[in-house]
Amino acid sequence: MEEKLTLFKNRKRFGIEKNIDIIFKNTALVLSSFVAIILLGIILVVFFQSFESFSRYGLKFLVTSEWNPVKDEYGAFTAIYGTLVTSFLSLLITIPLGVGTAIFITEDFVPKVVREIIGSFVELLAAIPSVVLGLWAIFVMEPFFRAFFVFLHNFFGWIPLFSTEPTSRNSLLAILILVVMLLPIVTSIARDSLNQVPKKLRNAAYGIGASRWKTIFSVILPAALSGIMAGVLLALGRAMGETMAVTMIIGNSNAFSWSLLSPGYTISSMLANQFGEADGSQVSSLFYAAFVLMILSLVVNIFAQWLVKKFSLKY
Amino acid sequence: MIKTNKKTQKNIILSLENVSISYGTFEAVRNVFCNFKKGNITSLIGPSGCGKSTVLRSLNRMNDLIPNCSLKGTVLFDGTNIYDKRVDPIEVRRRIGMVFQQPNPFPKSIYENIAFGARINGFAGDMDELVESSLRKAALWDECKDKLNDSGYSLSGGQQQRLCIARTIAIEPEIILMDEPCSALDPISTLKIEETMHELKKNYTIIIVTHNMQQALRVSDMTAFFNAIEYEDGDSGKVGYLAEFSSTKKIFNSPKEKTTQEYISGKFG
Ligand SMILES: Nc1ncnc2c1ncn2[C@@H]1O[C@H](COP(=O)(O)OP(=O)(O)OP(=O)(O)O)[C@@H](O)[C@H]1O
Ligand SMILES: [Mg+2]
Repeated sequence: MEEKLTLFKNRKRFGIEKNIDIIFKNTALVLSSFVAIILLGIILVVFFQSFESFSRYGLKFLVTSEWNPVKDEYGAFTAIYGTLVTSFLSLLITIPLGVGTAIFITEDFVPKVVREIIGSFVELLAAIPSVVLGLWAIFVMEPFFRAFFVFLHNFFGWIPLFSTEPTSRNSLLAILILVVMLLPIVTSIARDSLNQVPKKLRNAAYGIGASRWKTIFSVILPAALSGIMAGVLLALGRAMGETMAVTMIIGNSNAFSWSLLSPGYTISSMLANQFGEADGSQVSSLFYAAFVLMILSLVVNIFAQWLVKKFSLKY
Repeated sequence: MIKTNKKTQKNIILSLENVSISYGTFEAVRNVFCNFKKGNITSLIGPSGCGKSTVLRSLNRMNDLIPNCSLKGTVLFDGTNIYDKRVDPIEVRRRIGMVFQQPNPFPKSIYENIAFGARINGFAGDMDELVESSLRKAALWDECKDKLNDSGYSLSGGQQQRLCIARTIAIEPEIILMDEPCSALDPISTLKIEETMHELKKNYTIIIVTHNMQQALRVSDMTAFFNAIEYEDGDSGKVGYLAEFSSTKKIFNSPKEKTTQEYISGKFG
């Protein structure tokens, strides 16, 4: 009996230490449930605020482009289209660029010093405030690309995406500035996940006579895919939610056009533009648009996770 | 491959001629001369850090992957110096396969683990047949014939290692290099792999690094004993060299060198 009791007491662990354990555990629990509570709170508020608009316009809100506070008519199609097209096209450009850069700086094509310098420059890119990027886009990028946009319109005008004369504020500029913002996210996360692929997998591939490219594309990249995808998702969230730089350059027009060369709108830039002076059903409509934005990113997230499950190699 | 040097001696498949290998300025092994006979199993033994893995990796240019590793001397494979500028290292590795110390299957299915290598090397025959015959040769077929679509990682460590051997066999190399293939395995898996090696000997030349004297004795025809010593001109620690190379029987029964005798009787290492 005596002996058994000693198991309940540890001479080295005093009561106070045990109490600290318990306190720590409970504090952590409370703090972490805050995250869930805040998330739920946001969703609920957005949902209830948008209720009025939702019951009035229903799903028509999603497919019409009328946005007229005077007549109380609201439709967010232009902004939804703008959000989807800017975020997907910017990702489409960023992914090969970012993953390519990541491959370049994790393989030994060039000396290590050069790779490290390139890597840190890419990361510094993330440190530039988006308002500065917006200014840069207006004063440097737009004049720089003007001739190219005209060329796009002249030669590819038959494609709806380039069917209008380029204006000085347009969706394509927003896409390009988004690429600049997403690049450091995709690159640094892709680089980390490429670095984490065990060296023995690389040896395995080389050991059976695989070329460097075969090794990268058939073994290393698939093994790093889930990490890279996490980076892409993060970037997508950024692209959908990015407000400042996009608002500065996209032109903020609710007149719908398929063309990327004419002014456009995104949900985020619409919210930023209109919340100041909105009232009544306009506020509710803006919340409705915000709700749509949240649903969009949720759907994309789920889809992407399914994609990762399907294609990644687990080691 | 390009013939650059005709080696007259028959059934020597691979030979090292005055090979020295350095990592940066550190010389790991110096002045190795060694001939590997076709159809033989040769073991490389010696104390830790004497350069066995370094030498083994130099035989199929896996050292190319280590940024600052450089080699002096010639490695003749079928009469060709594999370090000749015109030689394609990928072709070298295809014909001289390697099994690593840690089992390293691809994170793909068992089937795909074998098919992958064969496919990239242009195999155009019946893949199912190749997978089966490779797994049979590696003594793994019976254990995994019903779960070829499971991940290679679902196998035990010993089975994974045999899968890696099967994968190497599937690319039909002429030589198989093995770096301590059993060091992560239990005695039964080890015996299985040794049986596999005996089986493979009929068609392949095998060079194996091992720390296990019994294993060297059991499986190999020839044994190379590497040692490392402090050279007078050396400023960077011990340099490896080939101390004795002879038939396994001779090395274990009547070694010429005193250090060999001391090593195999467990006095150091
Ligand atoms: N990638 C590397 N970079 C620098 N030095 C290395 C590298 N690999 C090995 N060396 C050095 O080369 C020498 C020989 O190493 P090697 O791995 O060939 O020894 P080994 O005989 O295989 O040893 P073990 O039996 O422990 O595996 C050691 O001194 C080691 O420190
Ligand atoms: Mg070794």
